[in-house]
Amino acid sequence: MDINTIIKPENLVYKRTECLTDRTLSYCPGCGHGVIHRIAMEVVEELGIQQDTIGVASVGCSVLAYDFMDIDMTQSPHGRATAVATGIKRCWPDKFVFTYQGDGDLAAIGTAETIHTCNRGENITIIFVNNGIYGMTGGQMAPTTLPGMRSSTSPYGRDVELMGNPIKMTELVAQLPGTYYATRQSVHKPANVRKAKMAIKKAFENQRLKKGTSIVEIVSNCNSGWKMTPVESNKWMEENMFPFYPLGDIKVDGQLVTKQ
Amino acid sequence: MGELKLMKGNEAVAEAAIRAGADAYFGYPITPQSEVMEYLALQQPHKRTGMVLLQAESEIAAINMVYGAASTGKRAFTSSSSPGISLKQEGISYMAGAELPCLILNVVRGGPGLGTIQPSQADYFQSTKGGGHGDYHLIVLAPASVQEMSDFVKLGFELAEKYRNPAMILSDGVIGQMMEKVELFEQQPRKTAFNEPWMVTGKSNNREKRVVTSLDLDPVKMEKHNYDLIEKYKTIREKEVRFEEIQCDDAEYILVAYGSSARICQKAVELAREEGIKVGLFRPITLYPFPEKAIGMLAQRVKGFLSVELSAGQMVEDVRLAVNGKVPVSHYGRLGGMIHSPEQVLCAIHEFLVR
Ligand SMILES: Cc1ncc(C[n+]2csc(CCOP(=O)(O)OP(=O)(O)O)c2C)c(N)n1
Ligand code: SF4
Repeated sequence: MDINTIIKPENLVYKRTECLTDRTLSYCPGCGHGVIHRIAMEVVEELGIQQDTIGVASVGCSVLAYDFMDIDMTQSPHGRATAVATGIKRCWPDKFVFTYQGDGDLAAIGTAETIHTCNRGENITIIFVNNGIYGMTGGQMAPTTLPGMRSSTSPYGRDVELMGNPIKMTELVAQLPGTYYATRQSVHKPANVRKAKMAIKKAFENQRLKKGTSIVEIVSNCNSGWKMTPVESNKWMEENMFPFYPLGDIKVDGQLVTKQ
Repeated sequence: MGELKLMKGNEAVAEAAIRAGADAYFGYPITPQSEVMEYLALQQPHKRTGMVLLQAESEIAAINMVYGAASTGKRAFTSSSSPGISLKQEGISYMAGAELPCLILNVVRGGPGLGTIQPSQADYFQSTKGGGHGDYHLIVLAPASVQEMSDFVKLGFELAEKYRNPAMILSDGVIGQMMEKVELFEQQPRKTAFNEPWMVTGKSNNREKRVVTSLDLDPVKMEKHNYDLIEKYKTIREKEVRFEEIQCDDAEYILVAYGSSARICQKAVELAREEGIKVGLFRPITLYPFPEKAIGMLAQRVKGFLSVELSAGQMVEDVRLAVNGKVPVSHYGRLGGMIHSPEQVLCAIHEFLVR
């Protein structure tokens, strides 16, 4: 059988979603951002809401998200994505509005915006990519950098005595009454990719039901910032990031999940 | 004649915004302008016109909510006073860069820093020369009465939308707080069906996606974008200059003043004329674009200009540029929330004359 006999519509099992453009991604090879873009846009396609979705790109490696996502988008100032999303959503309550933010964006400069948006129960979806570092600016320490973890501004490892503790933003905002759904996922293995996608889908469905804020944290790698190969970075993430940032649901349907 | 009311300047702005068909207001309290949101809250604009009202957690959040709303083509506005406007500068620069319309009211108070809640004009540089980072300008309107506070809301929205640029009403604690008779304009419908190619409203099947951004990593394209902005500002400078000349026809000396300072100077002109000194008042209404040509014309026939401001001398720099050395230009100002009296302005005129 030659390849042309195989390429037929009825044999098609998988293709890139129409909600992504065919621009080459600007992310480092092996970086989780690309996969997260894909699943977010697959969800938009599967829910059939491309026409009704407005995305908010933030500042960080994903600043150009609007080049890759084939939907209307507004690019926001560093940290202000959820405020920009609030402005959009209040004016268009029936549109699906989401932000796509890194940890520097959401958990450092944008802490106030994040907490108050969740506390108001703004009916939006927050996709929060936590790679424990500032990727775009060259690997500086983030609020999410682990104790002992090296970065260009903590070259001997994060010393919590001097530099403070890492912050678990998703647990923090899960405490707020306006947060309806808070979950932590990853995309380093196919099974996890599937789970992360289900979480994003749930977060968008919550918007349709006007339930309040949904936040999907995705613990991801930054192989460049961590100065590792992609494979090493995923292994390091499993061994070091997941114990500190455990995967799983934190709040579902407005109820905190109690772990046995 | 429209409906007549006795209102505070700040209330007139709020009422005018509802009547101008504004879609949204996002703000954060600060004296002396908190009445804007308080009035809106009392009026329940969501019931009157469907307008959105939200108290944000900070000025930074408020201006970014305006940025989000404006990116979808909605008529959004915010108000604040000096320290709050400093916080809004980031968002204002982004809106200028992304070419989004919006209206910003600054009811200026004395600074720098936390300063005082008393009126001042010390935010002139910040308002007219950019304020945030990058090469940009706002369209800046300076009301001198409660009537103009109301009228400039409508004008400000119209100019902002015409040029896709943020517009600012640069007021101060006097104009914001004082009560005067105001003739309100008729309620206009909200332009909810507004749809132009730059607005992000959700990508429909029959069009390309739309992006609102101020970013371009390619410096060649970014330079072009900057040149396009400069062209736009040039058009604004040609077409949108507004000013008022009071007793300038036979004047030998001209006071230049805007806003509350212009009100005081009007009385000072009377006092000077009683003494036989031929003084006129030139009142810029647009501070950007600054009425440089009109002042340049006057400079050909008068003997001097005195810029009277509630600042250490900010607008005087623009007056000097416009006069271009033809005749002497001086400055008289009170600072930090103090207001000059007409008699003090008269003294300043005397001093100017002996120099
Ligand atoms: C006001 C402001 N401060 C700082 C920066 C510089 N800056 C750009 S991206 C970034 C960090 C982004 O990190 P993160 O959100 O974790 O995203 P990542 O690049 O890791 O995906 C910083 C500090 C900026 N653009 N604006
Ligand atoms: S720097 Fe890090 S976060 Fe940014 S694209 Fe590269 S791997 Fe991804």
